Amino acid sequence: MNLKKLRRNEMKASLREALTGYGFVIIWVIGFLAFMLYPLIQTFIFSLNSVTVTLSGINLEYLKWANYTKALFADPNFVEVLITYAVQTILSVPIIIIFSLIIALLLNVKFKLRGLFRTIFFLPVVITSGPVIVELTQQGATSAPGVANSTTIAAFISSLPPSLRGSFQFLLSSFILILWFSGVQILIYLSSLQKIDKSIYEAAAIDGASAWESFWKITLPSLSTTTLVIAVYTIITLSQFSENAVIKYIGNQTYNPQSGIGYASAMSFLYFIVLILLLVIVYFILGFRPKNRYD
Amino acid sequence: MQNRLQVFFKNIQLADIKGFFFGNRSGYGLVFTTILYLLLLAIGFVYLYPLMFMFVTSLKSPSDLLNAMVQWIPTQLYLENYVRAFHVLDYPKTLVSSIFVSVVPSLIQAVICSLVGYGLARYKFWGKSILFGLILATFIVPAQNTFIPQMLVYKRYGILGNILCMLLPALSGQGVRSAVFILIFYQTYLSLPKVLEEAARLDGASDWKIFMSIAVPGALPAYIVSVIFSIVWYWNETFLTLIFLGGKIQTLPLQLSQFVWAYENIYPAGMENIFDRMNEAIKMSGTFLVILPLLVMYFLLQRWFVESVERSGITGE
Repeated sequence: MNLKKLRRNEMKASLREALTGYGFVIIWVIGFLAFMLYPLIQTFIFSLNSVTVTLSGINLEYLKWANYTKALFADPNFVEVLITYAVQTILSVPIIIIFSLIIALLLNVKFKLRGLFRTIFFLPVVITSGPVIVELTQQGATSAPGVANSTTIAAFISSLPPSLRGSFQFLLSSFILILWFSGVQILIYLSSLQKIDKSIYEAAAIDGASAWESFWKITLPSLSTTTLVIAVYTIITLSQFSENAVIKYIGNQTYNPQSGIGYASAMSFLYFIVLILLLVIVYFILGFRPKNRYD
Repeated sequence: MQNRLQVFFKNIQLADIKGFFFGNRSGYGLVFTTILYLLLLAIGFVYLYPLMFMFVTSLKSPSDLLNAMVQWIPTQLYLENYVRAFHVLDYPKTLVSSIFVSVVPSLIQAVICSLVGYGLARYKFWGKSILFGLILATFIVPAQNTFIPQMLVYKRYGILGNILCMLLPALSGQGVRSAVFILIFYQTYLSLPKVLEEAARLDGASDWKIFMSIAVPGALPAYIVSVIFSIVWYWNETFLTLIFLGGKIQTLPLQLSQFVWAYENIYPAGMENIFDRMNEAIKMSGTFLVILPLLVMYFLLQRWFVESVERSGITGE
């Protein structure tokens, strides 16, 4: 004990601090290697092979990029499911952002029952799970009441090019569902709204700015980082939702004895690439802006 | 009397009337408030429509379902749907295993993530920014890219279908959305004052002792938030639960996803008269029973849920 203490004191303070810090985070590093990095690399190796699981172990047969070319060019379903996912995500993200911003602005006003409405708008976060959503969608409970069946809408949809038709139908039939994904986003917006300095608004009002002007010139610019965070969060939540068609497709293919694990791995990497592309697009739209003139 | 009224009306200025309807320094005004409430009520209705639809439908008797006149108010209080859904879900048993599968990993996840968050917030060491990058990366990588090798390893060691498949990742900070919880704890510990901890260090307390007796009690709210959020996310997680626990441990959402199949096992289609076959009312009862525990938890603990995001500091600074 004495010796240990002595050694501890001889150590440089910064080194000791670093070592203690590593002590706190080491378990995460181990977990990262075991449950993230190793499986990720292994999945990549699988994706380049034909994988058969036997009683004695796993047999790999090197295929080069065959699984990828199969997914992209031979499989009639995968590319379609992937594009549908991307289009639906691109359509849903702005809806969620705008909706959550509007609700946050409304909830930022001080009035009675504010807590109640906040509770209501956060509720879906708690109860949204894949099977529940499936049941609700099957019963038609997730379409905006009265809108989905109207004839004007039907006429509008049939006038669209076929490639967009499905996505717009999705928008209508699961409109509420899309809104249900905005619970966390509303709260994030709300907390950043409350952090904007009130005195800026007062100064603008004295200079004769209307509420409308101060919204566009003060509120929105202050929320730009938040919007980026929200967009990224939304994309990730949507892409990891277990009823996502791509995820279901990959999950089913995993157990397919014909194609199996190797093919599913290749598809999951393609899916990952699409996800990253979506994030990059969003980053460039929301995060990349000309430098503020007043800086 | 006449005189008084005259005085009263004389004293009302145009500005007062304007203020009453359109707002002034002291309030928002009647028109604005009315519009606000109407807007929120309308959006709130649309927002809760699926839930109301589910609840009303679940109370409908078969004849109510067929009757186009009955939309929002069932003609009778019909609870048979719930009785059947209760049996089909095997409710008590599934509920207990659902709670088990969501609570145990959540507790472990909160403890581990708080350790990591504390380490990141309080100590300087080389590679911290790399570590942050990796933590954020784990949030982005889809589970599809990592589950197959995990599954194969679990299978080799014969723990597939065992709760250990969920516990091991949680035990090393790789559970469901662990990255979010690490960030929550990181922010919490950054915002707590360091003074007490430094004083304790001068008095000779070890790092571990400081963490346990000063840092943890100070961050109690973050623990509560993390545990309840984690419970919700583990409860609603079906992709990994299905693959790792597949069939051995049945949770409520999983049982719901095979509701029709389970129903037909208990009440075979041929044995039942046409009115008692599977219908949407029974399905909705099942769905309601599945979310009921979460609803109860939400309304009991809603303060923690709603405040949580403000604490988490994921708002971008």
